[in-house]
Amino acid sequence: MSRNYIKGLVYFSALITFGSLFFIISFILIKGLPHLTPALFSFHYTTTNVSLLPALLTTFMVVGLTLIIATPIGVFTGFYLIEYAEKNNKGVELIRIATDTLAAIPSIVYGLFGMLFFVTFLRFQYSLLAGVLTAVIMVLPLIIRATEESLLSVKDSLRQASFSLGAGKLRTIFKIVLPVAMPGILSGVILASGRVVGETAALMYTMGTSTNLPDSLFSSGRTLALHMYVLSSEGQHVNESYATGVVLILTVLIINALSTYLSSRLTKETTK
Amino acid sequence: MSKVTIKELNLFYGKFQALHNINLPILKNEITAFIGPSGCGKSTLIKSLNRMNDLVEGCTISGEVKMDDENIYAKECNINLLRKRVGMVFQQPNPFPMSIYDNIAYGPRTHGIKNKQIVDELVEKSLRKAAIWEEVKDDLKKNALSLSGGQQQRICIARALAVDPEVLLMDEPTSALDPISTAKIEELVIGLKKDYTLVIVTHNMQQASRISDKTAFFLNGKIIEYDETRKIFTNPKKQETEDYISGRFG
Repeated sequence: MSRNYIKGLVYFSALITFGSLFFIISFILIKGLPHLTPALFSFHYTTTNVSLLPALLTTFMVVGLTLIIATPIGVFTGFYLIEYAEKNNKGVELIRIATDTLAAIPSIVYGLFGMLFFVTFLRFQYSLLAGVLTAVIMVLPLIIRATEESLLSVKDSLRQASFSLGAGKLRTIFKIVLPVAMPGILSGVILASGRVVGETAALMYTMGTSTNLPDSLFSSGRTLALHMYVLSSEGQHVNESYATGVVLILTVLIINALSTYLSSRLTKETTK
Repeated sequence: MSKVTIKELNLFYGKFQALHNINLPILKNEITAFIGPSGCGKSTLIKSLNRMNDLVEGCTISGEVKMDDENIYAKECNINLLRKRVGMVFQQPNPFPMSIYDNIAYGPRTHGIKNKQIVDELVEKSLRKAAIWEEVKDDLKKNALSLSGGQQQRICIARALAVDPEVLLMDEPTSALDPISTAKIEELVIGLKKDYTLVIVTHNMQQASRISDKTAFFLNGKIIEYDETRKIFTNPKKQETEDYISGRFG
């Protein structure tokens, strides 16, 4: 009797999770697809065509620049924590507390910090640069954590084998540890890009909401999620806002699929 | 002739003294076996010979380990070069997750051998020495992890031999293997001693008596007795040795 009850509960929970995801996606598709017109992809934004193409390209720029800066810093921090730092080192504790805290901060706080520090204090104005640097701080914890966890999963016996052949630390890390840890690190990096794609609050106060494609690091722009937010909050182009939502969802789906594909391929290669 | 000479070696893990005043010669082109119950320090001592203990935090060592006439614990000793001269095979087979070829080529490439032809030759030579060439020569590109445990361990031996060491340390190399693989590796080890000086840690006393020339018996971080293997197993001088080899403890 109670077994059936619990079983029912489990099925019901799964149904709610899957159902709500299904509902959201189909809701946006139904509302958005009919309005997904070629005009939405014109190269220049006007108030009549409300093109999303500049925003889409800006999104790729922001994601690309953020990852270019954040990936090496995050990955090397992870390497320091696991491969170089001594255990019980006070500094390591400090970095861990810092990353955990950073990960838990709401993104609006990043936005306000970015505005006060990058936009105002460093006089970057509302700019691509200020937005990217804010996004970098935001995704660093994700990348550091993913790197740490994938390094920890590399067996110590492999490191020992490499050392025992007379290889130095650097060679051991780059030739032996890194290839094994790569899928995990990569999925962390892609997770980070997903976070940037979906971000609005942190970018609104740092990149501004200019509709043009930024032509330099110091010009303003808007990402797709931000574009969608502005469109729907202005209330004039709700339908186009749904269409933008369709493109946003597709982008996120493609990124996730890519991450799954890449990490499964890499895992196969290293453990076959 | 003594290849490695250990003199008054004391080793601490933090405050715990794991080795007490060890004095031991390791003779050239012979197989020296370390036997003794778990935790007696035999693995610790073998790891002191290629300074793998340096990787253990809080490990301090006093005394001397001389290889030929060079103290390997001297400040000017290059650890990477030392480990090239003193190879090691571990308890669990630990091939790298890459092809058989790349596993063997890793060591030579580490030490700057880039020429493909030379690397090819070294790979073949090492695999032959480790008695596994015939089994893998047709699929050197295959991932080493797809081999059986015994084959993996011979790949690891080949990998260690590829950097042309003078001494080969084996830390219970057959304890994770089945009897047939064990027999193959024992036969292989005996064949290796004409070119190398070997040290083998083993839990298996039959193994020590079958393959080694000299045996050192360890207890609680001290060497109780060191002699020719035949004498240790037929006519030990110390009561503890006799108790151990007759199976009264350990």
